[in-house]
Amino acid sequence: MKNIDTLLHVKGESQFTDDLILPEGTLHAAVFSSPIAHGKITHLNLETAKQVDGIYAILTADDIPGDNQIGVIIQDEPMLAVEEVHYIGQPIALVIAKNADIARTATMAIAIEFEERPAIFDAREAYVKEQLIGAPRTLSLGNIETAWQNCDVIVDGKVESGGQEHIYLETQSVFAYPTENGGLKVISSTQSPNDVQRMISSVLNLPMHKIEVDVLRLGGGFGGKENQATPWAVMTALAAFKLKKSIKLVLNRDEDMRMTGKRHPYSSDFKMGLTHDGKILAYQVTFYQNAGAIADLSPGILGRSLFHATNSYFIPHVKATGYICCTNLPPNTAFRGFGSPQGIFVIESAIFKAAEQMGIVPSFIQKKNLLKTGDEFPYGMKVENSQAFSCWEKAEHEIEKREQKIQNFNQIHSLLKKGMALIPICFGISFNGALFMNQANAIVHIYTDGSISVSTGAIEMGQGVNMKIRQIVANIFSVSLNRVNIESSNTKRIANMSPTSASLAADLNGNATKLACLKLLDRLKTLAAKKLNVASTEDLQIKEEILHLKGEPTDLNWQSLIVDMYLNRISLTSHAHYRIPNLYFDESKEKGHPMAYHVFGTAILEATLDCLRGTYKIDSVKVVHDFGKSLNPLIDKGQVEGAVVQGIGWMTIEELMYADNGSLLTDTLANYTIPDIRFAPDIEVDFLENSENPLGIFNSKAIGEPPFLYGIGAYFAILQAMKAFRPTLTGQFSAPLTSEKVLLSLYKV
Amino acid sequence: MINFILNNQKISTNLPFSMKVLDFLRSQQGINGTKVGCRTGSCGTCLILVGKLDKDMVSYQPLNSCLLPLAEVNGRHLVTIEGLNCPQLNPIQQAIVNEGATQCGYCTPGIVIALTAFFLNSPSLNESLATVALDGNLCRCTGYQSIKRVLTLLCQQFTLPNEEQRSSWLIKNQILPTYFLEIPQRLQTIQAPKSHLTSISPNSTIVAGGTIPWQSDSSKQVIFLSQREDLSGIQIAANRCYIGATTTIDAMQHSQVMQKLFPKIEKYFALLASTPIRHRATLGGNIVAASPIGDLSIFFLALGASVDLNDGQNQRTIPLKGFFKSYKQIDKQSNELVERVHFPLPDCHAYFNFERVCKHADSEIPSVNSAIQIQMNDGLIQQIHLSAGGVAPIPLYLTNTVNFLTGKEIKVEVICEAGKIAQAEISPLSDVRGSTEYKHLLLRQLFYAHFITLFPEQIDSRDILL
Repeated sequence: MKNIDTLLHVKGESQFTDDLILPEGTLHAAVFSSPIAHGKITHLNLETAKQVDGIYAILTADDIPGDNQIGVIIQDEPMLAVEEVHYIGQPIALVIAKNADIARTATMAIAIEFEERPAIFDAREAYVKEQLIGAPRTLSLGNIETAWQNCDVIVDGKVESGGQEHIYLETQSVFAYPTENGGLKVISSTQSPNDVQRMISSVLNLPMHKIEVDVLRLGGGFGGKENQATPWAVMTALAAFKLKKSIKLVLNRDEDMRMTGKRHPYSSDFKMGLTHDGKILAYQVTFYQNAGAIADLSPGILGRSLFHATNSYFIPHVKATGYICCTNLPPNTAFRGFGSPQGIFVIESAIFKAAEQMGIVPSFIQKKNLLKTGDEFPYGMKVENSQAFSCWEKAEHEIEKREQKIQNFNQIHSLLKKGMALIPICFGISFNGALFMNQANAIVHIYTDGSISVSTGAIEMGQGVNMKIRQIVANIFSVSLNRVNIESSNTKRIANMSPTSASLAADLNGNATKLACLKLLDRLKTLAAKKLNVASTEDLQIKEEILHLKGEPTDLNWQSLIVDMYLNRISLTSHAHYRIPNLYFDESKEKGHPMAYHVFGTAILEATLDCLRGTYKIDSVKVVHDFGKSLNPLIDKGQVEGAVVQGIGWMTIEELMYADNGSLLTDTLANYTIPDIRFAPDIEVDFLENSENPLGIFNSKAIGEPPFLYGIGAYFAILQAMKAFRPTLTGQFSAPLTSEKVLLSLYKV
Repeated sequence: MINFILNNQKISTNLPFSMKVLDFLRSQQGINGTKVGCRTGSCGTCLILVGKLDKDMVSYQPLNSCLLPLAEVNGRHLVTIEGLNCPQLNPIQQAIVNEGATQCGYCTPGIVIALTAFFLNSPSLNESLATVALDGNLCRCTGYQSIKRVLTLLCQQFTLPNEEQRSSWLIKNQILPTYFLEIPQRLQTIQAPKSHLTSISPNSTIVAGGTIPWQSDSSKQVIFLSQREDLSGIQIAANRCYIGATTTIDAMQHSQVMQKLFPKIEKYFALLASTPIRHRATLGGNIVAASPIGDLSIFFLALGASVDLNDGQNQRTIPLKGFFKSYKQIDKQSNELVERVHFPLPDCHAYFNFERVCKHADSEIPSVNSAIQIQMNDGLIQQIHLSAGGVAPIPLYLTNTVNFLTGKEIKVEVICEAGKIAQAEISPLSDVRGSTEYKHLLLRQLFYAHFITLFPEQIDSRDILL
C-alpha cells in the first residue's frame, strides 16, 4: 500500500523546520564552540563580537536562569561550557543576529584563551588512564572459566569498528518563539520532544506546561536527533526567552558534522571456544566503547552491545563485559542499531577467525549455532518463537549454485575475485535499558464530518509511522484512509512521550492508538445497537463505512453515526495509554525479561574485488526477513533496503578521520562518503511467511533497526574475495574496510 | 539588474550577482521545495533546472543551486520542483510514490528534478543512463533500491519519439507542464545583453564553473567567465585539438571530437564528480585550481598539452607540465586568463589510458590518479607521456620514468624497473585520501594497470603482481 504522506514529498510541499515561514523580526543564531579538545577557559571576551553590525546578543552560561545541565542519563553535560571544554565543537556561546551569516561572522570575533590539557581520543587509552563513565558491566551465562577446557578449538583476537556520521539530509534545526505569559513554543527537528521540553524547563527554570514542543516531521533522524537535537533546541529557547524574539537556528552541514556525536567506535577483544564439529561452547568479549566526552546515551548503547553480543546464536557459556571510555571527542550517540552492530561485528569476526582456523566456511558454524525456541540469552530471557532457522533455510536455498558460480568466476578471472558471506541476525525489541519508557499515549478525535484526527508521540522521520498509524485507525473503523489525519507530535497534546527510537514508534503508538479507537468504536456500536434495537453490539460491524448487522448492511453509516453520537452527547474524543506487558529486569543479577520479542533474519551478500586496484563493489544482497505480519510491506521493504545500505556504508566506505588535535577532517560530504546510487548494491527482500507476533501491532514486527545488521556481511564478503586472491591471507577485523586497507593487505610485503 | 523566468514567472532583481540561487529561492522568494543539504554541491537536495535559449529551443541542465550565483541565470529559465507540479502527480512523481522511493522526503525534490533532466536530455531511456542522471543525488533513507525500481518502471513506460521535439513530447506525456511551450518565446524577450570582458584587474575573483565553494569578497571584483562565450568549445586545427578554458567536463565527455580521440572518455569522465557538477566544472577551472589530484590536469598532462594565457594584451603559450610550479602555485599572473588548452592529435598508433582510484567510493576525490599516452613504433616505445596525481605537491609529470621508457620494448622486466623509477619520483603525503604507504602502492598498481590494460599480450598480470 502506498504511503499517502509521500504525495507531499514528491511535490516538495512537505514542510521541514527550515521551511517554516518566519514571522517578521525573526533573529538567527549561530553557535560558538570550542576550538580545542580539552582545556581550561582562561579568558573569554565577547566585546569585539558584540560590536559587529547586526548583532543582538551573545549568550553564555551566565545567561542561563535555571540549571545549565542537559545530561539525560548522567548529569554531566552543561548546555554551554563553563570553565572547561572537553571536545572540539563543545558549545560555549550563542550569537544572535539579524541573519545567520552575521551571527557566524561574529562567532569568529569572539576572543578566547585556554590552558590546554592533554586530550585522549582512543578508547583503550582512556581505559588505561581510568577515564571511564560509570562502572563496567558484565553479562554472563554458564561458566566461562571451566568451559574452555571442553573446547577443541580456541581463537582470540581484536576487533575495531569505526564511528559513523548520521548524515540525516536535514541538519539540526529549530525555531522558537515566546508565547504570552512567559511561555515558549519550540519547533524542533527532534526524535524526542519530551526531552527537549524537559531540558528547556530545567535550563530556563520554567514549569513544563509553559513549553510547547511541536514536531511535524524530520528530514531523517537515524538516532542522531534522539538526544542530540536537544542542545540546539534548548539554546534557541534560551535566546527566545531572553530576547523575547523569534529565533531560528539551523546548523550548517560542517557544523553539524563537527559538533554532534556519531555512532560509537568500539575496540574489542574476543575469545571463542568450539568443538571440532563447529558447536560454539564459550564466548568471551570485552567492549571498549568510545563514548566521547559526555555520557549522552552511551550507557544504554553499551547495554545493547552486551545484550546482542551473541547475535543470533545460542552459546552456553558467555561472558560479555563493557567499558564506557571517556575521550575528548564529541559525545557519541544513538545511531540505528544502538550498539548492537558493534557487538555483532565482533562475534561475526570471531566466527570468521574460527572457521579460518578450522578450514571450514563461517556459514557452517553460523548455521550450527542458530537460536532455537527455548534457548537462553545471556540476559536471562528465553527465546520465544525463534525464526532464526526458518529465515536461514529460506535464504540458503540454492546456495550451492551461488557458490559454484563464484568459484567459476574466480577461476576464470585473475584480477577480479568474488566473495560471499551469510549473516543471520537477531534483534530484541523494547527500550531494554529503561523499561519505563515502554509506554505511549494516543488521542483520537472524530469530528462531526466524520474526519479523524490522531495525536501520538510518534515522530515521522521517513520510516512511515504516520502511514502505519493511519492504517490502524482506518482498519479499526473500516473507513477510508483519507478520513484520517495524523497530527504533528506535540507536547501539549501528548505528555511525557518516549522518544521515537528503538524501532518502537509504530508498536507503542500504534497500540495506544488502537486502544483509543476501540473505545470510540465501542461507544459507536452501543449507540447503534440502541438505534437498531438489538441487545448486544457483538453482531455489529462497520464494513467500508457502512454499519452491518450480522453481516447484512443497515441504513446506518459512519457519517450518520458520528453525527448521532454528537447529538446524543457521546464523546467523540478518546485517549488511551499502552504499555508493553511482561517486561522486567533485575539489574543486580543482570537477568530478566527485558525484550517484548525478537526480530530474526538472514542475508547473503556478494562482493566483487578488483585485486589490482583494491576497489570493490558490493554486488547483491539477498535478505530473508521476519516482518511478522507486515502492516505495510512497501514501507517495511524500504526500511530493510535503506538499513542494509547504511550498514554496508558503515562497514566499507564511511570513514571518520581526525587530525592529531582531535579536529574532524571529514567534515564535509566531499570528505565523508556515504553510499550513492552507483555504490548501492542490488537488494532483494524476501518476506518470511507464516510468522505471527501477537506482541506487535496487528501481528507485525518492529522494523527500523534490525536490518542494519545485514550490512555487516559486506565486510566478510570482501574478506572472502581477498582470500580468493591471496589464500594465505588471514582476516583482520577493522572496519571500515576501505580500499586502502584492502590494497595494503593484498600486497603486504 | 538580473532578469530571468522562475518557473512561470518573470523575475527582475537588483540583488547581488554573487547571491546563490538557493538563497534567492528560499529567503527572497519563499520557494522552499528546493532544500539546503550541504551547500557544497555534494548532495543534490538543492537541484534545479536551468534552461538556456539555444536558437528557438531551450536546453536544460540540472544544477546545484547552492553553488550557482544569480549572475549565471540572467536570461535563463529556472525551474524548481514547484514549477513542475501540476494538479495531478506527473509520471515521475507517481512512480516515486508507487515504489516507496521517498522516505523522509528531504532529497525527493532534487531527485524529481534530476529525473526530469534525464527525460529532457538523455539520448535514450535506459536504466544505466538514468542511474548516471542520479549520481549527484544522495539519499540516506532508501538505500536506492526503490529509486532503481522507479528507473526501471519509467524506462519501461516511455519510449522516446523519433521525430517530435523533446519538450512537446514531454508536455504531451505530462512530464512537463504546458507553460514550458511558451518559454522559448518568453526568453527571447529577456535576453541578457552580451557584455564583453576585455581586461582583468589584478585584484579580482575569477569564477568559471564555481563548483568549488567560494565567498564573495566586497573588496574584490567578481568576474564570471561565462560572459566570455568564446572561451568555450572544442576545435581541431593544424593537427592540434583546442579546448576552450570554460568548456565543461560534460561538454568534453559528450563531444564527438573527444570521443573519437578517446573512445573511453565517456566512461572515464562519468566517474568525475556528478552530473550537475560536470555541467558546471570547467577545464580551465580544474587546471587553475592546481589541485595535486586534479583529474583533468592529470588527463591533459599525459597528452603533452599546452596552455594559452592572455592578459588582455599579450598571449603566451606554455606547456602544461611547466604550468604547475609548487603546491597550488601556477605560472599565471593575476591579470592573466587561461584561455584554452591544446594538445597535438595523437596518431593512430597511440595508446591512452586513464586510471583513478578513490579510497572509499568512485564519487569522491581520488587518492591517486594517473594517465598515460604511448606511441609505439616497431615494437618500441617511441614517445610516452605519464602523469600522476595525489603523489606530489603538484599534478606530476613523471619525467624520469618517461625518459627511461622511451625507446624501450614493453615487457615485464622493463615495466617493473620503470615502476621503481616512478616510485622514486613521487613524494605523497598522508591525508584524508590515504597514507603515504597506500599512495606509493596505489601508484605502482595504477602504473601496472596502464600496461595490463593497454598491452595485455605483453604484460600478464600474474607475472607482474604475484
